[in-house]
Amino acid sequence: MKEVTRKIPKKDALGLLLGKPVYTDDLAPKNSLIVKILRSPHAFAKIKNIDTLEATNIEGIECILTYKDVPRIPVTRAGQGYPEPSPHDWYILDEYVRYVGDEVAIVAGKDEKCVDEALKKIKVEYEVFEPVLDFEKAEGHSSVIHPEKETHPMFEIGFDAQKNIAASYEMEIGSVEEELKKCDVVVSERFYTQAQAHVAFEPHSAASYIDMQGRLVILTSTQVPFHVRRIIAEAFDIPIKNIRVIKPRIGGGFGGKQAVHGEPFVAAVTLKTGKPAKIVYTRQEVFEATYSRHPMRYDITLGATKDGKLKVIDMQGLSDTGAYGEHALTTFMVAGSKTLPMYNKVDAVRFKGKVVYTNKVPAGAYRGYGAIQGNFALESAIDLLAEKLGMDPAEFRRKNMIREGETSPIFKIMGEGREGVDMVVRSCKLNECLEEGMKLINWKEKFPRKKISETKYRGVGLAIAMQGSGIANIDMGAAVLKLNDDGSFNLLVGATDLGTGSDTILAQIAAEVLNVPTEDIIVYSSDTDLTPFDVGAYASSTTYVSGNAVKRAAEKMKKLIIKEGALKLGLDESKVDFDGKYIYEINGNKKVSLKELATVLLYTENQKQLISDASYVGEESPPPFMAGFAEVEVDIETGKVKLINYVAVVDCGVTINPNLARIQVEGGLVQGIGMTLFEDVKYSPNGKLLTNNLMHYKIPSRLDIGNIIVKFVESYEPTGPFGAKSVAEIGIDTPPAAIANAIYNAVGVRIKTLPITPEKILMNLNKK
Amino acid sequence: MKINVTINNEKKELEIAPDDILLDVLRRYGYHSVRRGCDTGMCGICTVLLDGKPVPSCSIFAARVDGHEITTVEGLPEAKELAKILAEEGADQCGFCSPGLIVNTVYLKKLKIKKIEEVKIKLIGNLCRCTGYVGQHRAIEKFLGVEK
Ligand code: FES
Ligand code: FES
Repeated sequence: MKEVTRKIPKKDALGLLLGKPVYTDDLAPKNSLIVKILRSPHAFAKIKNIDTLEATNIEGIECILTYKDVPRIPVTRAGQGYPEPSPHDWYILDEYVRYVGDEVAIVAGKDEKCVDEALKKIKVEYEVFEPVLDFEKAEGHSSVIHPEKETHPMFEIGFDAQKNIAASYEMEIGSVEEELKKCDVVVSERFYTQAQAHVAFEPHSAASYIDMQGRLVILTSTQVPFHVRRIIAEAFDIPIKNIRVIKPRIGGGFGGKQAVHGEPFVAAVTLKTGKPAKIVYTRQEVFEATYSRHPMRYDITLGATKDGKLKVIDMQGLSDTGAYGEHALTTFMVAGSKTLPMYNKVDAVRFKGKVVYTNKVPAGAYRGYGAIQGNFALESAIDLLAEKLGMDPAEFRRKNMIREGETSPIFKIMGEGREGVDMVVRSCKLNECLEEGMKLINWKEKFPRKKISETKYRGVGLAIAMQGSGIANIDMGAAVLKLNDDGSFNLLVGATDLGTGSDTILAQIAAEVLNVPTEDIIVYSSDTDLTPFDVGAYASSTTYVSGNAVKRAAEKMKKLIIKEGALKLGLDESKVDFDGKYIYEINGNKKVSLKELATVLLYTENQKQLISDASYVGEESPPPFMAGFAEVEVDIETGKVKLINYVAVVDCGVTINPNLARIQVEGGLVQGIGMTLFEDVKYSPNGKLLTNNLMHYKIPSRLDIGNIIVKFVESYEPTGPFGAKSVAEIGIDTPPAAIANAIYNAVGVRIKTLPITPEKILMNLNKK
Repeated sequence: MKINVTINNEKKELEIAPDDILLDVLRRYGYHSVRRGCDTGMCGICTVLLDGKPVPSCSIFAARVDGHEITTVEGLPEAKELAKILAEEGADQCGFCSPGLIVNTVYLKKLKIKKIEEVKIKLIGNLCRCTGYVGQHRAIEKFLGVEK
């Protein structure tokens, strides 16, 4: 392969690195009205009265909109396939406010100053209710967070608003209770994960204006332009054809931008005033009023026979979706569907639980999407079980984990929000990942611990993980290729490059098929007027789903080139081939260059535009796998954990661009390390997020990460474009369990609640 | 009020309000490489050089730079070289943090800092959420000629 597996820089690299104006705020119309949101100071209240008169009279204020001024149509902000598996429980503005930060009024004015002043002058009277702040007490709480009758799910998701339940799910294969009786060893533990914040560095931003045809144009920092178009149309009850959504470059997403956030507010202003408008969230707003990861609780019971065969997995969960049920069911199900198949030889498995509403920051999509929560619980419990069996945890996993060519009934039973698809795992090098990782971390030598000094111990721990590659039978990506007169191609895709380099990867795939340099493929991505549909960048889908679409479009283009070339050469199609430069006679001397053919096709002979298109929906979602190994040093005087080494060995199929695949894993690992060790979420007793800035919410700095070693094992996924699977999420999944296991191995303290802070370690050490 | 500033070697007269923040003024005048990543002076994304020394432009009043010299990534000739190395290492992702990082790293080159541990300490204020830093370090080591 020439173009695929090339470590080329991203097409947009220099532009991004050198600070070209490419993000939403850089490109918003200069005369945009500044839009800001008046947000609720209460966790749960009803607006009794809003007086905007004084604020409206401030010089420079263009409009102030309250729930009385905008359509009240229940939608979900979750940017998912349609019909969405998230309940329609959100309104552009509502008379209820359901968390501290919920939207009360939209203010638009000529500059920041007048808008800030107006925000202070709006008088709101609230009827304050008792908020639901503890997710373990949410079900059946006397406060009902969504009492309104319009809120509804699109289909059966186990929704029961009267009981504060956004979704519920249950499945069982075999009989857990019966099989547990036959087990020699059983462990049962409870685990908690926190509401991690995404902290994509470009804050959520959106701008809107009316174009010369009177259509609404939205420029937005989104992972899902086509979903944004659909949701905005629905929320405002305007035709989809009257909306255009443009995605410029995105300053990181990680799931936090798989939703509408600022878009409805600028749209409301532009629709009202006819003027351009823009909103740029403050960092505090991003923390308080966009998305976080769903905090979850899992009760895990595992049973095994004494020879180390895992027989039973029982996972009972509770998830906190916050004030709105965005991604509620799907993140919850993924906690099972992207962990349980790893141990596919059990006799009984159960996964069940509920997702509840609370009066807290809404949870949404976040890299890992439930899998990281489930992985922390399951992979911690596996170590507990191995210890009870007196087995090396690596050996226990090797004995029980999934292998290439095998399947799991989970694939069919648990999809995302509905049934999944049957599939055999065609590529799975988990065993190689494990072996290689053990070598790199020097497991044999280091497991379980080494005493470094009287107060310092080093331990190693591991976890294995899987993810998916797009959502099978749901996620669709499409691509269009167009030949230019110089023999270059425009590649138009709906896929959304968030900074990952997916534009470059898709160009590499097209270039490989056409046998041209990637530099000859000019990519334009994600503009609902100009590019074909794509669900967007989520669920680790772009390389696999959009990549397959691009591959097919390129194959079609190659056929078209051969057909037109043959015509030009006066030969039968079967007698010619195309090598990237020339269309040539297979057994002869006739040839025409692509450039010449392209030029005559446009200007002189047999004139036409060569254009090809293709769509792709995965019939399967081949999982990437990895093994993660942590080596930590724990100070028993202070409880401080120093991460010494983290080894990640990954099977993501063929790496289309090894540099970009590697950085996906490295970036994912560091976010996972942050979730494990630093990123603590705290609320005040009345429900205000206290960790709402980077001073109080600590993300890893370059000194916190230790030595990170990423390696890819050789693997080939037959259904993937040139053997590729996804790689965007898999890196984040293992650090919580691997580090928790390493800490346990170092000092014998088992932390079951994330993040693992020095205080928790010290408290547990003292208990010992 | 008006201030006189040299930005990227060009003399400018800027119209500002007394409480304007340097970051906002620079963006208003089209220096889009300067970006806001936080509201608490914690991310380093807004870093520019003030009289040749790195400062967070989000934490400085524009009025204070009257008569001084500001350099952004657009005005740093060495930026291109580092950008190229970062790109070749695949160490760039969303790019939002990159100009601030580049400004700070080019400054380290002038200080002739060559120990990677020292480099990391000096760059600790430049946060990045995408790359996991490892790729950045590979590139920065090359750029600074770090001794191994
Ligand atoms: S914007 Fe974050 S430090 Fe200046
Ligand atoms: S590349 Fe996205 S924050 Fe650094």
